[in-house]
Amino acid sequence: MGQGGIDAEQVKHLGKLARLELSSEEVEHYTLQLEQILGAITSISVVAADHIPPTSHPIPMENVYREDIAVRGLEIGDFASGAPSFEDDRFRVPRILGEPG
Amino acid sequence: MSDLTRQSAATLASAIARKEVSSEEVTRAHLDRISQVDERVRAFLHVDRESSIARAREVDQQLAKGELSSPLAGVPIALKDLLATKGVPTTCGSRILEGWRPPYNATIVDKLNAAGVVSLGKTNMDEFAMGSSTEHSGYGPTHNPWDLTRIPGGSGGGSAAAVASFESPMAIGTDTGGSIRQPAALTGTVGVKPTYGGVSRYGIVALASSLDQAGPCARDVMDTALLHAVIAGHDPRDSTSINEPVPDVVAAALKADVRGMKIGVIKELKGEGFQAGVLERFNQSLEILTELGAEVIEVSCPHFEYALGAYYLILPSEASSNLARFDGMRFGIREDDGKDRSVEEVMSATREKGFGAEVKRRIMLGTYALSSGYYDAYYGQAQRIRTLITRDFADAFSHVDVLVSPTAPTTAFKIGEKLDDPLAMYLNDIATIPVNLAGNCAMSLPIGRAPEDGLPVGLQIIAPPMADHLLYQVGSALESALADRWGGLLISEAPTL
Repeated sequence: MGQGGIDAEQVKHLGKLARLELSSEEVEHYTLQLEQILGAITSISVVAADHIPPTSHPIPMENVYREDIAVRGLEIGDFASGAPSFEDDRFRVPRILGEPG
Repeated sequence: MSDLTRQSAATLASAIARKEVSSEEVTRAHLDRISQVDERVRAFLHVDRESSIARAREVDQQLAKGELSSPLAGVPIALKDLLATKGVPTTCGSRILEGWRPPYNATIVDKLNAAGVVSLGKTNMDEFAMGSSTEHSGYGPTHNPWDLTRIPGGSGGGSAAAVASFESPMAIGTDTGGSIRQPAALTGTVGVKPTYGGVSRYGIVALASSLDQAGPCARDVMDTALLHAVIAGHDPRDSTSINEPVPDVVAAALKADVRGMKIGVIKELKGEGFQAGVLERFNQSLEILTELGAEVIEVSCPHFEYALGAYYLILPSEASSNLARFDGMRFGIREDDGKDRSVEEVMSATREKGFGAEVKRRIMLGTYALSSGYYDAYYGQAQRIRTLITRDFADAFSHVDVLVSPTAPTTAFKIGEKLDDPLAMYLNDIATIPVNLAGNCAMSLPIGRAPEDGLPVGLQIIAPPMADHLLYQVGSALESALADRWGGLLISEAPTL
């Protein structure tokens, strides 16, 4: 673990969390690069004191309300044409539960 | 009218309005130019000649009936490929969206259609707008019209190159950390990042929602003002859209007067890391602004040195969340070998295949910054620095009307030069990033060519939120003083290709 504090195991884990099926060459490459990037940017972690309020957004965020009036949305067919697999008005997806049968 | 592709959008629009030329003729001339040069420039990912011509004819008919009175009616435009265009391919420069045709239009696209603007096609970009060179496109790089062996900047290199190579008189870009301004600087064109919330984000594929903003690209300040006026304004479909009148940017561009204005030079953005020729042109522009009657003073923004670090934690964090939607289930490609794989395995294989190296890097960086145990040290700290940078701007604007800096630290570099060196690539945006973090507006305009390489240099003007008109007032004053010296716009010196 170097200056940036990230190792290959962590990169593998990040790949898993981010749903990226990384090759072993990629893990090696990204470990080096992420370590460099983190090393260069972690200097900021000592700059701002805790009493400085965080800014998540450049303008004040408030809830936006509208009248509850039904308007026509998109048709199901509009989605079908862009989907990798579509059947009976639904997105068809791979199995979400259990082991292969 | 001589060569239609060399005219400004304003000139074309008034000639079309006076029936001296039709929108169809203008559109055909630009489509012909695209056929002629885009094999070398590669600014476009998608051009549909027949539908552009059909649309131009429709606009000609509307104009004949007196149904259109917009100041840009009949003028062609190029659209960055992350604007949703109904039924027209929209890839965001990514293989993961190959073949996807959105079922709806972005608000900007609807506004352009209502104004009688004619789309020529979709322009190349770094994948999901992550990059500063357009080399991270899944479809190959765009080439800088000034020197085809160099990058045109990024992420909106396609839009800037289309304008700089006279393939289109104007274009739409988006700017998350400099993606409109840096390509404008590197291609000798004008680009504006409007105030955050000034232009609707509805239908723009999100990179970092708190930073993204769409804006105009063109060859002169007046054309960007005309385009800005068409696309800006409140949109109930974007919850971050500001519900206030749009500043009169066109009147400000006409005013072109800096007499009595205070212009602040940001001390932290003109030293180390900036190319000598870039600084030389920048200093010359400051002299011109002084001659024009502005008071130029130096101001300090002490926290800007941390902007890059904060940005590269905030952006990947937001991007890693936004890009979770690209999972191969509802749109785009799906990587499934048919061997009864689970949904998670298919998602991972799809994302692995569909995303390029830079997108993967930033997704992992964001996932890391947001993970438990690191959140406060990284994302939390970055948000506090964002506050400090916003305060730096507020302090500066209590002394001056606008701020200026070079737009980018260097001129256009060679294709391939920084491709696998992310840190060197990130430094391109050092002067543009603070603006996005604070939500201000900014413009880049050409101020000459660097003596050492003959390539265009850009100057950035920054104004407070919702003071976009000041960019145009200062920009057009400087532009016309420079044009007087050069005998025309800088872009007229670009190679004819």
